[in-house]
Amino acid sequence: MFTDLLGQHFVHTALLAGAVVAVVAGAIGVFVVTRGLSFAVHAISELGFTGTTGALVLGLDPVLGLVGGSLVVGASLGALSLRGRERDSAIGAVLAFGLGVGVLFLSLYQGYATAATNLLFGSIVGVNDAQLRQIAIVAAIVLVALALLYRPLYFAAIDPEVAAARGVPVNALSVAIFLLVALTTAEAIQVVGVLLVLTLVITPAAAAQRLTVRPALTFLLSIGIALVATEGGILLSLAKSWPTSFFISSISFAFYAAARVWSAARKT
Amino acid sequence: MTAPVVSVEQLALRFGDRELWHGLSFDVERGEFLAVLGPNGAGKTSLLRILLGRLEPSEGRVALDRDSIGYVPQQRVFDRDLPLRGRELVRFGLDGHRWGFGRLAAPDRRRVDEAVAAVGATALADTPLGLLSGGEQQRLRVAQALVSNPSLLLADEPLLSLDLAYQQVIVRLLDERRRSAGTPVVFVTHDVNPILSAVDRVLYLGPGGWAIGPVDEVLTTETLSRLYGAEIDVLRVRGRVVVVGTPDAEHVHHVH
Repeated sequence: MFTDLLGQHFVHTALLAGAVVAVVAGAIGVFVVTRGLSFAVHAISELGFTGTTGALVLGLDPVLGLVGGSLVVGASLGALSLRGRERDSAIGAVLAFGLGVGVLFLSLYQGYATAATNLLFGSIVGVNDAQLRQIAIVAAIVLVALALLYRPLYFAAIDPEVAAARGVPVNALSVAIFLLVALTTAEAIQVVGVLLVLTLVITPAAAAQRLTVRPALTFLLSIGIALVATEGGILLSLAKSWPTSFFISSISFAFYAAARVWSAARKT
Repeated sequence: MTAPVVSVEQLALRFGDRELWHGLSFDVERGEFLAVLGPNGAGKTSLLRILLGRLEPSEGRVALDRDSIGYVPQQRVFDRDLPLRGRELVRFGLDGHRWGFGRLAAPDRRRVDEAVAAVGATALADTPLGLLSGGEQQRLRVAQALVSNPSLLLADEPLLSLDLAYQQVIVRLLDERRRSAGTPVVFVTHDVNPILSAVDRVLYLGPGGWAIGPVDEVLTTETLSRLYGAEIDVLRVRGRVVVVGTPDAEHVHHVH
């Protein structure tokens, strides 16, 4: 039964889509963790939900609403360039309001409730060829942008004052990273769902940072963990018909827990 | 006479109703060591931010080449789990503003090594930044500011949390550099004593005005009493400057 499934086209599509999303999420996760943007990612993802339900109500392409919603929130958070506690509370306020609107859209939407469930918890095995193409294009955009912006982005993340003094456009980069995070989030939602985006965008990078202080190695480890979690999760869910998102988040979390134990043991 | 490296004309800074200073005018010449002194809230850091182009003055203008500034910011301790080594922090001072990943060519790697060695931090270069003490991080920040071979150095309390020995290392380093390479130093500090041997002029930002000139003209009972509008005593004790009577305890020029 399991080997039969492995021959199916939809399984190949799912594995490919998962791999693409894992690479992007693992890479951008390092910047997200370094800048302390975990909560912002969660907000962008939940407001992607609002955008999608809005699109469903209006009869538009839900992916369009997803990307649109994420980008609007990402751009405004980036432009405000808030810091610390103020950013936390502003995000909390916007997030709560946006979710409220999403609940309204959902109740107005007369279609199948599964659309909403898929959105919240992911539906990787439902990805079709057209979606896979979309995911690959967006992933390429994000990866090229990250590679191009790598040094100034890292500099601005750890040391914004000095970076600005050296002529790094700190504010423009803040908008840029939020837009890239928004695009990545919209991708990850299609694999693991709104509620579990953090398992691909935060957890692998957080685990990687426990294991090394070399920037290049941090990226490779983060991408590697995201890949193992996603592909492993998809395969496990074929063998045992529990939700894919459960397996992905469990594998990802296992890496994180192990990394914490390992780094604690090394220090003593 | 070459043109000044920094030229400040009729600068004023106000936050709401509160005016920090107005009519502030001075030049910084090549090779000059200028100390900026004053009580907390006098706008010392704001002046640096104006020079950096990060803050708009309420009035006046500044002229300087912003492409080649070495900057040591006021200390902000790095997070413990920051995935970055000291060497990379210094390296960012060299090429952190350029696009892409970038591999460091051999001559650049040597420059980073030399900058790290100059602040006595070679043994720290491969340690995660977050595990270094505040003083160790501060030394690497000075190395970062110098590695790009800047034509102007702006430093905001760079001696904070350094022990006396390393205070002297940093001061000697900046002093040598401005003599050999002509890089002027604008040095914000609350304590003039560690830099007394190096400093050419002092800019004092007081609550009742500002004054600029050599230490012996500005750090006097008469000048500071005028700037504070109160009786201030300036004493010289064993070659150190001690200011008595400022309302701001932070500002007392401690005798170590």
